[in-house]
Amino acid sequence: MSSIPADANEHCPGPESAGAGKAAGCEGCPNQQICSTQASGPDPDLPLITQRLDQTHHKLLILSGKGGVGKSTFTAQLAFALSQTHEVGVVDIDVCGPSLPKIMGVEREDVHRSSNGWTPVFVSDSLSLMSIGFMLPDEDAAVIWRGPKKNGIIKQFLRDVDWPPLDFMLFDTPPGTSDEHLSVVQLLRDSGITGAVILTTPQEVALQDVRKEIDFCRKARVPIMGLVENMSGFVCPGCRHESAIFPPTTGGAQALCDELDIPLLGRIPLDPLIGRA
Amino acid sequence: MSHPEIGQRLASIKHVVLVLSGKGGVGKSSCTVQLALSLANQGRKVGVLDIDLCGPSIPRMLGLEGRQIHQATAGWVPVFADSGKQLACMSIGFLLPNKNTSVVWRGPKKNAMIKQFLADVYWGDLDYLLIDTPPGTSDEHLAVVEYLQEWNPDGAVIVTTPQAVALADVKKEINFCTKVGLPLLGLIENMSGFVCPHCAECTNVFSTGGGEGLAKHMDIPFLGRAPIDPNLVMLLEQEDKTVVPNVNNPDAEKIVTGSIVETYQHCELSKIFATITATLEAGLGKTK
Repeated sequence: MSSIPADANEHCPGPESAGAGKAAGCEGCPNQQICSTQASGPDPDLPLITQRLDQTHHKLLILSGKGGVGKSTFTAQLAFALSQTHEVGVVDIDVCGPSLPKIMGVEREDVHRSSNGWTPVFVSDSLSLMSIGFMLPDEDAAVIWRGPKKNGIIKQFLRDVDWPPLDFMLFDTPPGTSDEHLSVVQLLRDSGITGAVILTTPQEVALQDVRKEIDFCRKARVPIMGLVENMSGFVCPGCRHESAIFPPTTGGAQALCDELDIPLLGRIPLDPLIGRA
Repeated sequence: MSHPEIGQRLASIKHVVLVLSGKGGVGKSSCTVQLALSLANQGRKVGVLDIDLCGPSIPRMLGLEGRQIHQATAGWVPVFADSGKQLACMSIGFLLPNKNTSVVWRGPKKNAMIKQFLADVYWGDLDYLLIDTPPGTSDEHLAVVEYLQEWNPDGAVIVTTPQAVALADVKKEINFCTKVGLPLLGLIENMSGFVCPHCAECTNVFSTGGGEGLAKHMDIPFLGRAPIDPNLVMLLEQEDKTVVPNVNNPDAEKIVTGSIVETYQHCELSKIFATITATLEAGLGKTK
């Protein structure tokens, strides 16, 4: 299936062709950068992934661009909240820094294999999780992988895991706009991504990275559901005054949302109890 | 594989120090900048190389947003943060057409950019080259270690916040350093406590003590603990780096300095980082 983007150049060879991004006709195309750095040729695993996920209604990516804004914490909170009334699966594709097993309190669990594939770890009856954190020999082991190997494990999470029928599948991602992000978008191309929720903290140094992430979503044609401003204000437990630890010097997430015409889904304050939990 | 052109550039640089974490958002870039400002204040010539290609924060922090890199016969000329040319900076941030542009590259292209940063930038004589890295243990980290290995970099400073979820990633980063033979120069526990400006009560927003415990456990020098300082956050955020921030007293008369190096000396954290750099230099003095 050819998927020539609407904004591609006239003589687009197609993003899957061997000359994608490199052909003469690619010069100046807004997608050139993405096409020239991806592997060419149709992926035989895509139909398998689509089949595995055909009983999953909504797939949401939790993105940021900036590290340490609370993607994993937010993903866990969202998963817990949704699982009160829905079936939820969480895929932790932060291969270098898998935080979700610890955050969700299932650190020491193992992944079991059956004839149907890998069984995800069940945090509760309606909440399952898959993370590389469950597969490391010990918690200190570093995952020093280059792109292709990281892509391989993400593909396995989608192709080989025996997910139950899910209302929501949430993807916790690492910071940045790199291999993991490209891979998950490409692997879910046929299956479909409902959208992305982008996390930020209020200060400009975070918003700068978030602008890039928004640009990535637009380039990769991932619908943006909205922005969440995390660590938005801190109430001192002593005197109850509010301080802005990460000040919104350029207007915070609201200003960015107004500028780029994206919904602001909400603001979450800093709560020291979460750090301790 | 040998890279003599990198060796040529590094020949005029006394110390090469990487700033690593594993965990995102712990303050690698802000610690790199503070180390640089602290060293520059002591008269050292410092270069800051930002190899976080997806999220380059250093230009904004040093007040160099929107500046351009120039090409000379000797190579790419870095951007200077001060008129005295004590503090130079190179980042992909200077090469992007505008601040919204994302860098959506897979590993090989990132490696090539990092190699260019090491081989083509004309740093000149430096006392320190500090290399700010992205979170994780992946292509960028492997690339920079691979290209530098031949030329014996001094080692890595690890930055963490105190809480368990950060320490988990940092342990992995420490393991990475051990695996690739990169000496561990020390660990900084950042965001260790927040003093409420209204009542002066200190709340451990991200817990406390975890970094020091980890350093002890893994036998790494503990360089120091840095609390959250709203004036530092403001300094890194604001565009005009010559105005001393006074977040708790915004109506007070503004103090204006000559450069970001001087402005930083008015922040409380500069005292802590003076001690951190002194400890770091003492450690480097022993090994070289």
